[in-house]
Amino acid sequence: MKRFAALIDRLIYTRSRNSKLALIVDYLVHTPDPDRGWAIAALTESLDFPAVKAGTVRTLLATRVDEELFRLSRHFVGDTAETAALLWPDNRPLPFGGGVGVGHVDSAEPEQAPPRPSPKGEGELSVSQAVEALSAATRSDAPAIVASLLDRLDADGRYALLKLALGGMRVGVSARLAKQAFAQAFDVPVDDVEELWHAIPPPYAPLFAWGEGRAERPDLADVAFFRPFMLAHPLEEENVDLADYAAEWKWDGIRVQIVHGGGEIRIYSRGGEEISGAFPELIAAFDQDAVIDGELLVRGEVQGGEAASFNALQQRLGRKVVSKKMLADYPAFVRVYDLLAVDGNDLRALPWTERRRQLEAFVPRLADSHFDLSQVIDAKDFDDLAERRAGARDAAIEGVMLKRRDAPYVAGRRAGLWYKWKRDPLTADCVMMYAQRGNGRRASFYSDYTFGCWSDAGELLPVGKAYSGFTDEELKWLDKFVRDNTLNRFGPVREVEKSLVLEVAFDSIHASKRHKSGLAMRFPRISRIRRDKPAEEADRIATLQAMVT
Amino acid sequence: MAKAKSWIEPHSSGIYVKPADLWIDPSRPVERAAVTHGHADHARSGHGAVFATPETLAIMALRYGVDVEASHNQAYDYGDGFERGGVRFSFHPAGHVLGSAQILMEYQGERIVVTGDYKRRPDPTCAPFEVVPCDIFITEATFGLPVFRHPPTADEIAKLISAVRAEPDRSVLVGAYALGKAQRVIAELRGAGWDAPIYIHGALEKMCELYAMHGVNLGELRLVSETDKAEMAGQIVLAPPSALNDRWSRRLPDPVTAMASGWMRVRQRARQRMVELPLVISDHADWDELTTTISEVNPKESWITHGSEDGLLRWCELHQRKARALHLVGRDLEEEA
Repeated sequence: MKRFAALIDRLIYTRSRNSKLALIVDYLVHTPDPDRGWAIAALTESLDFPAVKAGTVRTLLATRVDEELFRLSRHFVGDTAETAALLWPDNRPLPFGGGVGVGHVDSAEPEQAPPRPSPKGEGELSVSQAVEALSAATRSDAPAIVASLLDRLDADGRYALLKLALGGMRVGVSARLAKQAFAQAFDVPVDDVEELWHAIPPPYAPLFAWGEGRAERPDLADVAFFRPFMLAHPLEEENVDLADYAAEWKWDGIRVQIVHGGGEIRIYSRGGEEISGAFPELIAAFDQDAVIDGELLVRGEVQGGEAASFNALQQRLGRKVVSKKMLADYPAFVRVYDLLAVDGNDLRALPWTERRRQLEAFVPRLADSHFDLSQVIDAKDFDDLAERRAGARDAAIEGVMLKRRDAPYVAGRRAGLWYKWKRDPLTADCVMMYAQRGNGRRASFYSDYTFGCWSDAGELLPVGKAYSGFTDEELKWLDKFVRDNTLNRFGPVREVEKSLVLEVAFDSIHASKRHKSGLAMRFPRISRIRRDKPAEEADRIATLQAMVT
Repeated sequence: MAKAKSWIEPHSSGIYVKPADLWIDPSRPVERAAVTHGHADHARSGHGAVFATPETLAIMALRYGVDVEASHNQAYDYGDGFERGGVRFSFHPAGHVLGSAQILMEYQGERIVVTGDYKRRPDPTCAPFEVVPCDIFITEATFGLPVFRHPPTADEIAKLISAVRAEPDRSVLVGAYALGKAQRVIAELRGAGWDAPIYIHGALEKMCELYAMHGVNLGELRLVSETDKAEMAGQIVLAPPSALNDRWSRRLPDPVTAMASGWMRVRQRARQRMVELPLVISDHADWDELTTTISEVNPKESWITHGSEDGLLRWCELHQRKARALHLVGRDLEEEA
């Protein structure tokens, strides 16, 4: 665990991508199996211990540390795992003369703290021992198991363990970077690593064996494995030749891949996470030997059975069990964008035009109740396309995709192949009302803002909350504004002088009970700070109501 | 016995001692000020008369042009003091920086101690903190949360030395507050056997000279501005935190950015400062030091000033100790911790 903790710490403080890469390469080459496999899985957020959650850690801390002190500390540090790692009582002596260690007297009832097992004779805790213990944990014994592991570690080790257990590593290591490190460490092609990665579960022993030349490349023929998605860059120069690029609508659902292979059918989300359990009707309906890429949407009554807004889809996401009512109220379907494999043939190396031809022939083989074809936009030229994009009123349309006609289907974001051209956001001038400190890097900044618009009665009512869209410089300015204009403090929240106008951009706005105004924005962000605009001239609730879709 | 509330008044701009018509660490110019130590958030210019230790007065002379020779400014060694308006004032070591003092006030049988800033662990650059029994203990609380447990200083110094040795082509640039922290890091390095010249930013020069004049051994110091870039490879450089990511640092060979501060205990804080090598070295008491000190001083009541007052208040509540928070303004918690 020491090496792993040191790696995490170095990654946290290392800014350059190449230096991060070098650190991971070094770790992979010099650490034995299975520790390195578990470590890399943890770095890329590929581990999940269902019995161990942030709540487990909070419950556990409450047995050793006063709850109020934990709350205050958590608030200051901005991260549960780090707070717990720092708060966990040590037996170490005080580094100055005077009394005995008082680390353990933070609890209201110190004499009732459970006795600490001696770490002697157990040796250093390895990453795999920790993973083993966490995997075996049940809801009821998880706190005791985590406690016994924490007792064997120092503060840095405890941080590493809790990050491993809870996820949310935030060390700036993407899955892509980890795969590149693997490829570099063992001198193998990164595309191979990419594909194998998702087919082999942690700790990836066959992958390391292959990398080190001790075994053949693992065979994936009988596995319903995930193919990394092809992604798009935002369109910056608004002009491409439609002779080279085909245009399609970009739908506002979630991008999925459905894989039929080795007798299994699986649905993967964009990051390669399996979400099959949430959509049993799609699994049942996908009866062809193929791999498709498409947008998962739900049908809405208001839309006449057509795709509903993202709001409706959200009802279906993240569920482990789906009720009949859910299935009936929010019927899911997939709008198919691409065909990656069919009848045992991998199509990814073919140009888009050829894949599209095969896709158009393929989609009719699927039940039209659950699958339809994403239509190509038949625009004369770019200006015509721009006009159609501007005129698109469908709530489920997020913008336009432009796909190079001669491009194969390749993993990740390659320059010049695919572009996304989102619809222009809506904007409103709102007044800052409350501010709250952020998390993580922003723990010392008031970076989350609640803002409002004027009611007909002249009252300011909150319409949304945003914590992005500004630069670091602007954040500093906003933070100072909050501190200098605080009217009231409510725990972590400050109420501010209602004097600052923020131009807020958002993708859409809906009726909602969340705010007193009865409105909620989708993906609101601060687009400009309007220091020039008096608060009285900010927008009215009625203006926002007119934008509701 | 007098009731404290009748003769001492906490204001947002400092603590006012009524019978003596005197302020402690006022944040605005006053007629008479007793000053605990030389940091800018406690010592300001423009006071009529200043009462402080000789070292603090020397620091104030250097930083704010206070006239040490003027007869209205009075210097008192540790243990000494003066009487005014029936209040007996005396100065006692606080272990924070050179010359730092706790101020003890005795009035009609009641004793009140103002700690200013303090720490308990050893520091080769200043006299160690002394426990002064009192009725009311007015304590700082910069690190008044149990997440703050500074590791042993020797471990952090070892970390710094091994980082320099690991990359002989680079220098390690340590951000350290110009008064106190910089000299302490240098003295600790000397204590750990680092004999090579240490390179400093011009803003540290005068204060280092002042420390040396007061008998603190800092070894050979060289100014970065007078040194070839190549010479500083594999060496330690000190600068004020504001210079860390400034253009100034371009004159160093590919520097590793380090920072010596108690805030470095929290990873995201270190990241915010773009620090690559966080060194948890603080001149403020950590949680264990704060709580142990309250236990040892064992006052009837604790008044908690700048920092995480809520955390220390809660601790007092859990341990059935009477306490209240004072909200003083203008205390700079970020830079010199």
